Amino acid sequence: MSWGSIDAWWWPFLFIAVAGWVATDMWRWLGVLVGNRLRDDSALLIWVRCVATALVAAVIAKLILYPNGALADFPVWLRVGAAVAGFGLFLVTGTRPWIGIASAIILLVIGRLATLG
Amino acid sequence: MIDQPAQIAFAAGPKKLYQTDMQSTANPAGGAFWFLQGMRGIVSLPAFILFCSFVGFTGFAAESGLGRAEAVFMTGSVWALPAMVLLVTSALGNAALPAAFLTVTLSSIRLMPMVAALIPEIRTRKTRTWALLLVSHFVAVTAWVFTMERVDKVPPEHRVKFFAGFGITLTSCNMMIVGFGYSIVGALPPLVAGTLFFLTPIYFITSIWASAKDIAVYLAMVVGLVLAPLFHQIAPEFDILYTGILGGTLAFAIERLIRARQAKEREGRTP
Repeated sequence: MSWGSIDAWWWPFLFIAVAGWVATDMWRWLGVLVGNRLRDDSALLIWVRCVATALVAAVIAKLILYPNGALADFPVWLRVGAAVAGFGLFLVTGTRPWIGIASAIILLVIGRLATLG
Repeated sequence: MIDQPAQIAFAAGPKKLYQTDMQSTANPAGGAFWFLQGMRGIVSLPAFILFCSFVGFTGFAAESGLGRAEAVFMTGSVWALPAMVLLVTSALGNAALPAAFLTVTLSSIRLMPMVAALIPEIRTRKTRTWALLLVSHFVAVTAWVFTMERVDKVPPEHRVKFFAGFGITLTSCNMMIVGFGYSIVGALPPLVAGTLFFLTPIYFITSIWASAKDIAVYLAMVVGLVLAPLFHQIAPEFDILYTGILGGTLAFAIERLIRARQAKEREGRTP
């Protein structure tokens, strides 16, 4: 029961609906029903937040370290360096996302042009 | 934190908008007005960053072998970029349906506390639960941060409409970006395409870090970033799942230790 196991036009849509739509919306609906009855600092909720954040952190690390497509041709030191420098700037300038994003992107482009030249 | 867009979205000034609404609460145009105010929020910095990230996602999805219609459907139905990247990675990596479901669902649990925190802000006693269930679909990091920052400037009875106006417009625009994006991402020069792919992880790390309210999220982020390459060497097929469960639990344990130590220090200080 994987993406390629059923050769029908509707199968990818059903796959997305189950593993994507239901998998995300069930938490949104639960959030509505739980509403303000949930204590934000309960131990269970903090553990849940930790697992969710670590999962996304793994995605971030993989997208930078093992990308596919055009980014894979950029040297790994440049990808990691631009990300670390951009994130560092984001931290020291008062955690405004656009500063981190803009500086990381600018560094990546300059670095790439320099290594190509 | 992101205060510039507030000025853009409320160019007329929040006070003036509020007064306009106070005069119009008796007529039915009041709701439509606030829905439109929400729609106007797509001309804001968080929305712009998200648009760029979705162009990046389009490149990533096309490169992974996902079809255009599937990508548009995924954008509208899942509407959480981290979950979508995970789903594409799992599905095209030929993971079994239950494994893909588990990965996506674990990454999306954070939507529950986000929605639970947003609901008390936008609901009134008259708000129907089914309306909240419907609009909750549009909750994701960007819409959540945007609404939480601005909702106090909207009269309570129009907040659900304000959020719906922003959420529905943001989602539809990004579905169109993904749809049209498939025609252009193949033709982009490698420098531009690579830079767009790079945008997604940078957007994730900065927006999640900036919207975090407790130390546990920072710890989990750092532990996850360090453990992911390690698990990638040991078990490349399950690296995300292992990093999430083991790294998240480790971060939780550290958070508990810090909390216990702080409690002890407080106790020590009281005579």
